[in-house]
Amino acid sequence: MAETKNMILNMGPQHPSTHGVLRLILELDGETVVKLTPEIGYLHRGVEKLGENLTYHQFIPLTDREDYIASLSNNLAYCMTVEKLLGLEVPPRAMVARVLLTELQRIASHLIWLGTFGLDIGAMSLFFYCMREREQILDMFEACAGARLTINYFAIGGLRHDLPEGFETRVRDFIKIFPERMKNDYERIFQDNKIVRMRTEGVGIISKEDAIDLGLSGPLLRACGVPWDIRKSNPYCGYETYDFDIATGKVGDVFDRYLVRMEEMRQSLKIVQQALDRLPGGAHLADDPKVCLPPKQKVMTEMEALIHHFKIVSEGFEPPVGEVYHSIETPRGELGFYIVSDGSNKPYRLRFRPPSFVNLESLAKMSEGKLIGDLIAIIGALDPVMGEVDR
Amino acid sequence: MSEMVVQKIKERFPDSVLDSYSFRDENTVIIKKEDIAEVCRFLKSDPDLSFNFLSDLCGVDYMGREPRFEVVYHLFSIDKHHRIRLKAMVGEGEKISSVVGIWGTANWHEREAFDMYGIIFEGHPNLTRILMPDDWDGYPLRKDYPLKGR
Amino acid sequence: MTEFVMIMLVKMFVIFGAVMLTMTYITLAERKILGYMQIRPGPNRVGPWGLLQPIADGIKLFLKEDIIPDKASKVVFVIAPAMALIPAVMTLAVIPFGPAVTIMGRQVDIYMADVNIGILYIFAVSSIGVYGIVLAGWSSASKYSLLGGLRSSAQMISYELSMGFALVGVIMMSQSLSMVKIIEAQKGVWFIVPQFFGFIIYITAAIAELNRTPFDLPEGESELVAGYFTEYSSMKYAMFMLGEYINIISVSGIVTTLYLGGWSGPILPPLAWFMIKLLAVVFFMIWVRATYPRFRYDQLMTFGWKVLLPASIANILFTPLLMWFFGYL
Repeated sequence: MAETKNMILNMGPQHPSTHGVLRLILELDGETVVKLTPEIGYLHRGVEKLGENLTYHQFIPLTDREDYIASLSNNLAYCMTVEKLLGLEVPPRAMVARVLLTELQRIASHLIWLGTFGLDIGAMSLFFYCMREREQILDMFEACAGARLTINYFAIGGLRHDLPEGFETRVRDFIKIFPERMKNDYERIFQDNKIVRMRTEGVGIISKEDAIDLGLSGPLLRACGVPWDIRKSNPYCGYETYDFDIATGKVGDVFDRYLVRMEEMRQSLKIVQQALDRLPGGAHLADDPKVCLPPKQKVMTEMEALIHHFKIVSEGFEPPVGEVYHSIETPRGELGFYIVSDGSNKPYRLRFRPPSFVNLESLAKMSEGKLIGDLIAIIGALDPVMGEVDR
Repeated sequence: MSEMVVQKIKERFPDSVLDSYSFRDENTVIIKKEDIAEVCRFLKSDPDLSFNFLSDLCGVDYMGREPRFEVVYHLFSIDKHHRIRLKAMVGEGEKISSVVGIWGTANWHEREAFDMYGIIFEGHPNLTRILMPDDWDGYPLRKDYPLKGR
Repeated sequence: MTEFVMIMLVKMFVIFGAVMLTMTYITLAERKILGYMQIRPGPNRVGPWGLLQPIADGIKLFLKEDIIPDKASKVVFVIAPAMALIPAVMTLAVIPFGPAVTIMGRQVDIYMADVNIGILYIFAVSSIGVYGIVLAGWSSASKYSLLGGLRSSAQMISYELSMGFALVGVIMMSQSLSMVKIIEAQKGVWFIVPQFFGFIIYITAAIAELNRTPFDLPEGESELVAGYFTEYSSMKYAMFMLGEYINIISVSGIVTTLYLGGWSGPILPPLAWFMIKLLAVVFFMIWVRATYPRFRYDQLMTFGWKVLLPASIANILFTPLLMWFFGYL
């Protein structure tokens, strides 16, 4: 009697559809996935170790490169954690601008997710339409900070530079065209398509209890029906004063995750509109000379400012002894920073709690017993970014 | 809100609590490492506390102090919205029980703590390296491991 | 006798050459059309409007290094692309591009041969094309290729049935298997009108046969890298591509003949009408590619067996009714 063995297939680190360097060892029985073992660590750069050897200011650019698709969110989480450690208050203009830019970043991140999700399923044209909108947002970021992807715009205490001229007009133009593009281009082409429905409904279901047990957060958890959003439950940066809803799904399948993210884009646009309307004038950086870099004009003319600038750049600042944990809601889930300070100018321990790392753990549960074709859709809806999984 | 949590823990496990403090509105409780699994189970199942979400589990290396390592647990309650930080001190070469049975998400977090610090979690189903290559020698995030590697 | 052979030889070269040229420019057309539908221009650097792009591609493929994997079965590996290309080219022999014209005082039909079992010949020959794919997947000694080859062959065999049954409707209405007679039978009304469902079934099954989106799972880039031709490079890869695009042309030609009235049409010469209709069908296939995502494999097979096949059989049952209604009986 011939014995059949399951086939072991390696969806290697280089593959057109595993988003980034993710290696999946699949044990296949025909087309069904019997066992799935993810192997990560291909993009491990030792960011946490580097954090222990850099000053607090020097670490900010490194945070960009972790979740490189939503880099402003990483900036925000880190800056807010350090500000919590210091007990530093951010001026109102910076708070509103931070909310505005982070929500724009959320829309940009979800647009990439939508484009690549469509590409994985086979709908190539959707990708280009999403990129068209994203280009507008990236142009806005370039006007603010000079960079499109690793933006590095938030500093400890506020923003690095003030918002540029003409920024408001650009955002208003974008707000005008985006809802209609969402309806005509994304929903009509993608959502109403029968094939898309067939490939996403009922696929990759995970129950509420399993989701909470496995630590899922962000759109994945909300798609299962748990209305938890850090912006609402533990608000930061003034989110309690904005009017927006939490998008939740019902079943927890891939199509629900898609709907949740689409709704999040709409809600983000709502927040952007509110933030833009209430953007106050004033300082963009807190006025703490020991922590925040003084403006360049003062550095060139005043002695004190020069000394402070020199000290901050070469040595950094010394926060009080203690430890803080702060988390925000990024497009992928709960991003947390845990900083232990021993009173010196470098953190003693800097821990980055990545949402994608925890979300990826649930991949095995969602896809064992399912077909390979489903696996691609499930990974697409999981939206992992290997930069933050591996750090 | 989380002062209530600290109170409850102290009432229920008076011998296990070694210390507790608060900094910047965050409460931390230091637990004896032998009792950590029981405390966690209590925190998850008690209806007033219902810490059903393990936000983070990481290790910290306090070199030069005995016991050397600390395992830090950040817990969150999705229903009640409160947070708490638990710490357990583990010496070098000592073991601490795994909380995988309580929160499934601890699986990869504990593997990473093992990979980076060498902390051994008893009862973990698959305690192998996760970020570093499988045959790596040494524990990179320890303080005596050089920044540029060996 | 020699005159006959000479005419045949000339026709052979002309038709083959014309189809090859059209095929290369259809690859360019596909990229440009897909591009414009995706708000980007497509290839536009190599020559004006990218017109020299196919030539550049051809030169590139010709000059690439030919790699044969170590563990591959060498003989089968080399034969497989040929087995995919040859049947595609053989079907060109019976596609009626135009009626008889007078060239240099002789009556020349603008098609290679009017075999009186035209349709049956096309079917038989295109079924052999499946071998090329299966053998390519198997001989590559790679798991991805094997999976791709198996999927592809299962898909093609399943959809061939629906194609065949859809055609039975046309054959009933035209009372002949010969391609030219089918065109003549459409003098009154093009068969797309009475055989509308047959047309839809045929085009869907044809897109599945060609392994094009939404049925392109065997080539699904995001799943199996490139399916059965993952390990192929240079000219062998080119032969697979040639086979695929020539198949597109011949399938479009068949659709034009069977459903769109072949070369009939006012004012313009018949050959022009044939080409216009053929290119319209090709454009339709490219359009579908730009719009739809791809089916998952089991959904694809379910669709082929549980939806298309019963529909095509129902079409056969209804055709006599339609024939009576349209006055054919």
